[in-house]
Amino acid sequence: MCGTCGCASAETAATSPPRQRLELHQGLLSRNEAQAAANRAHFRRHGLRTLNLLSAPGSGKTAVLEQLARRWPRPPIGVIVGDLATDNDARRLQAAGARAVQIRTGDLCHLDAALVDRAFAQLDSHGLDLLVIENVGNLVCPTAFDLGEERRIAILSVTEGEDKPLKYPALFRSADAVLINKSDLAEAVGFDRRAALANLQAITPQAQLFDVSARTGAGIEAVIAWIESGTNG
Amino acid sequence: MHELALLQELCQLAEAAASEQGASRIHRLELRVGELGGVNPDALRQAFAVVAATAPWQSTELQLEVVPTRCFCPHCEQAFAPVDVIHACPRCGQLSHQVIAGRELELVALEVS
Repeated sequence: MCGTCGCASAETAATSPPRQRLELHQGLLSRNEAQAAANRAHFRRHGLRTLNLLSAPGSGKTAVLEQLARRWPRPPIGVIVGDLATDNDARRLQAAGARAVQIRTGDLCHLDAALVDRAFAQLDSHGLDLLVIENVGNLVCPTAFDLGEERRIAILSVTEGEDKPLKYPALFRSADAVLINKSDLAEAVGFDRRAALANLQAITPQAQLFDVSARTGAGIEAVIAWIESGTNG
Repeated sequence: MHELALLQELCQLAEAAASEQGASRIHRLELRVGELGGVNPDALRQAFAVVAATAPWQSTELQLEVVPTRCFCPHCEQAFAPVDVIHACPRCGQLSHQVIAGRELELVALEVS
């Protein structure tokens, strides 16, 4: 009998072997997760605290890192920065004193652990105790990809509106800390801080929340204290 | 947006498992995708249709099971299905950050010959 449809064709039976079910139960992200675990172990051996910094484009990731690079008590900091194109961010960060390596992802909408591993090999990590991975500006795709970081920071800028955490819950839920950036513009754009905090607390009750302004530097010291409270290093 | 990248991963996993068994055709793929898995099932089906146009994927059927979100309320010590993106327990109102189902992105099984 034919193995495909049960018909009696002897000819088909000879050419179609029977179907077999293979149970796999394999995660689609399992290779990335294995590489992320290897990265995490590698970063720990280097005594690095590691952060994955995520936000929408234009929320101020690079500006926050420029402040961090200037104020970190044991400079320089190391940064791996991802963008679809240009090395503008790496040059800005180098000008602020960071050691920065740019990943140009082309059309890739997120960083993955293998990209970070290759970029880290290009970074002179001697004497560093903090590595920040600035992800591609995107509130969707980077969420699912563990890069081997110790903790995640998400940025919500006041110009984006109070309900961003409700619209993109997965990213904010995965964050250990959320920075509310551009706080110096809050009044000008009519930002309802109380509503934003309520939304953030509803989505990510465990995250630490910080008001910052990357432009004035307000609130950055509190973020540094939180980073210093991490377990690595 | 990254459905195509995930699909490439899926194809590599499936092809490796099929060739390990000496199989030359993949008839069916069974996937479990959690509501919180960051993947849009329709986008995944569309991406699969593109991939499935090429051998050895011609006539491969994609069976996609969407896994609903379940959370655990430590106060009530019970699981619950959240009604929206805010994971509040329907019994006591407490916010939960223990997701016990809904993050799956899993290749469950293949049917090969």
